[in-house]
Amino acid sequence: MFGKNRVTFAKFGSVILVSFVLVAGLAIPLSPSPQSWLEFPVIPGLEDKARNLFFHVPMSWTAVLAFFISAVYGIRYLRSRDIDFDLISVSAAGLGLLFSLLATVTGALWARFNWGAFWNWDPRQTSIFVLLLIYGAYFGLRSAIENEEKRGRLSAVYTILAGFTVPFFVFVLPRMMAGLHPGALGDDTGKGPLFETKMIAPNMRVLFYTSLVAFTLLFLWLLNMRVRAARLEYQQSLHRS
Amino acid sequence: MKTLQSSYAVLLKDAQSELRTRYAVNALLMFVVTAAVIVQLAIRSEAPSPSVLSGLFWVVVFFAAMSGLSRTFVSEEERNTAMTLQLVASPTAVYFGKLFFNIVLTLILNAAITFLFTVVFPGFEVRQFETFVLTVVLGSLGLASASTILAAIVAKAGSKGTLYPVLAFPILIPLLMTAMKATTRALEGEPFGAASAEFQVLISYIMVITAGSYLLFDYVWKE
Amino acid sequence: MKLTVTKLTKEFNRRAVFRDISFAMDDVDSLAITGRNGAGKSTLVKILSGLLSPTSGIVAYAGDGKAIASDGLRDRIGLVSPYLQMYDEFTATENLSLLSRIRSNNFRFEERSKELLVQFSLWEKRDNLVRTYSSGMKQRLKYVFALLHQPSLLLLDEPTSNLDEEGVGVVQNVVENQKRIGMLIIATNDAAEARWCKNAVHLG
Repeated sequence: MFGKNRVTFAKFGSVILVSFVLVAGLAIPLSPSPQSWLEFPVIPGLEDKARNLFFHVPMSWTAVLAFFISAVYGIRYLRSRDIDFDLISVSAAGLGLLFSLLATVTGALWARFNWGAFWNWDPRQTSIFVLLLIYGAYFGLRSAIENEEKRGRLSAVYTILAGFTVPFFVFVLPRMMAGLHPGALGDDTGKGPLFETKMIAPNMRVLFYTSLVAFTLLFLWLLNMRVRAARLEYQQSLHRS
Repeated sequence: MKTLQSSYAVLLKDAQSELRTRYAVNALLMFVVTAAVIVQLAIRSEAPSPSVLSGLFWVVVFFAAMSGLSRTFVSEEERNTAMTLQLVASPTAVYFGKLFFNIVLTLILNAAITFLFTVVFPGFEVRQFETFVLTVVLGSLGLASASTILAAIVAKAGSKGTLYPVLAFPILIPLLMTAMKATTRALEGEPFGAASAEFQVLISYIMVITAGSYLLFDYVWKE
Repeated sequence: MKLTVTKLTKEFNRRAVFRDISFAMDDVDSLAITGRNGAGKSTLVKILSGLLSPTSGIVAYAGDGKAIASDGLRDRIGLVSPYLQMYDEFTATENLSLLSRIRSNNFRFEERSKELLVQFSLWEKRDNLVRTYSSGMKQRLKYVFALLHQPSLLLLDEPTSNLDEEGVGVVQNVVENQKRIGMLIIATNDAAEARWCKNAVHLG
């Protein structure tokens, strides 16, 4: 899918960066007045729980990216009926399922330690869960159809239709309903979903953006592998018949 | 316009078929009555709050929709008349004809559910009438809109088991959440203007989903 | 109306039903599609009727020098096929009337439908539900429906299935008439029926 050099870059880049983020995110100690780069400030009310941010937000971002790619390749499949586009669309969807599951779990952990319960029906918490439901429905639909052209066509339509509802989750509902996520109605501390006002420490910001890049690279590398595997499997099935 | 005439004829065909066989109407009304009774049994003498009643209302609406709105496409596929229809009608005419059929069906259903809830639950007092009516109407339009194209997808996929609610639920969540909120306001007697944000969301949902369905329908209908 | 088919291929899950079929038809012409059962005759008929998309290749209809898109095709094609069903909760008259209304043609419905119902011996039973019809009656009703709007192209998939001697005779008249005034395509594995047509395409 991508050039060989780019894939190698993504492979090593993501492994190195994700490991770095894992270690740094979890191990760097907190201190009330940080002196060096190897210390995080204590954010009042969050303390150690802030570490979740390094993981939860990039995972959510990746889940949405996966959806976007799945939808785009779904559209391309509808226009050309080239089965390769459908293979890419499914591969991205599979990763999307994985990352939205991870995002939901890390989100629930955050909710438990910050707001008391694992689940609150906060609009944003609900929306990442809904993304999970969409992927579940998508795979359910695919497994019900044997004809490959029909399967690609109908699942692409579903992905696109689901895509039309995404703006409602991202923009409308959180602002309409009182929620616990920063940026919802009734919350005057944060300006938006990414509460940059709280993460002012430069070393935290660097680690955060590094994590975003790391997870994106990880996603692209995994996608590349899945697409290659899907293509091989497809070729094999042609020869078998 | 030819497409308009054609859609109207599709709607007439579905309506006449329904009147002739009475399949959907009977099954759905029985479903609605059963649902209301079960919920009443579960709640007994507890007096649920407006937001709980609002939620229950839309839950019953959702499941009634899932029981009835797929029939318009599934019956065509099951009886092999889909090809006949494809031969005489453009995809657009089929889509709008069946969409309007589902809209009428949903409005009738929701009127019945409203009536039942008012009778069965003493706490279900519609204190702000305009808000309630507008919410149910807009909610019905949005529900029918999303459910129609999904019905077409499910029919083409062989309509196995629970596929329809599984596909529909994630798509309908923005509609259901917003409608529940507005209905709670109506039950609590908040002024009409208080629900204006909800109305805006409902209207934009209807427009987005209907436009999207119209664009996508060809890909579902044509093999 | 002229028809040009170029390198038509249809695959289901990568298995080819037929590959690279090409032929052309003039506005007064007849073609037989032959082949044993399962060779893809019905599939080809569906594609020519606009009900199915090919995997690759082109089906081009043209009239007065201009291409005819699928919307225009609906008014000009009549199809009789084992895959085509009428609505069995309606009577014959209701089926014809509702379906014509959906097709929104302008033609003298009352006259045409009476003429054809009589021709196919369905006039007496026209207000009975199709559910009560025998398979032979259903086949004859399909003919009435296909001929109602005087199509430029008549496609017959297994033209005489379920028909008795009398029915076959009526069909032969229809075939002769269509060959004189327009295009006719017959899909059959019966050699005698195939000979009704000027040309043939063999599948399988």
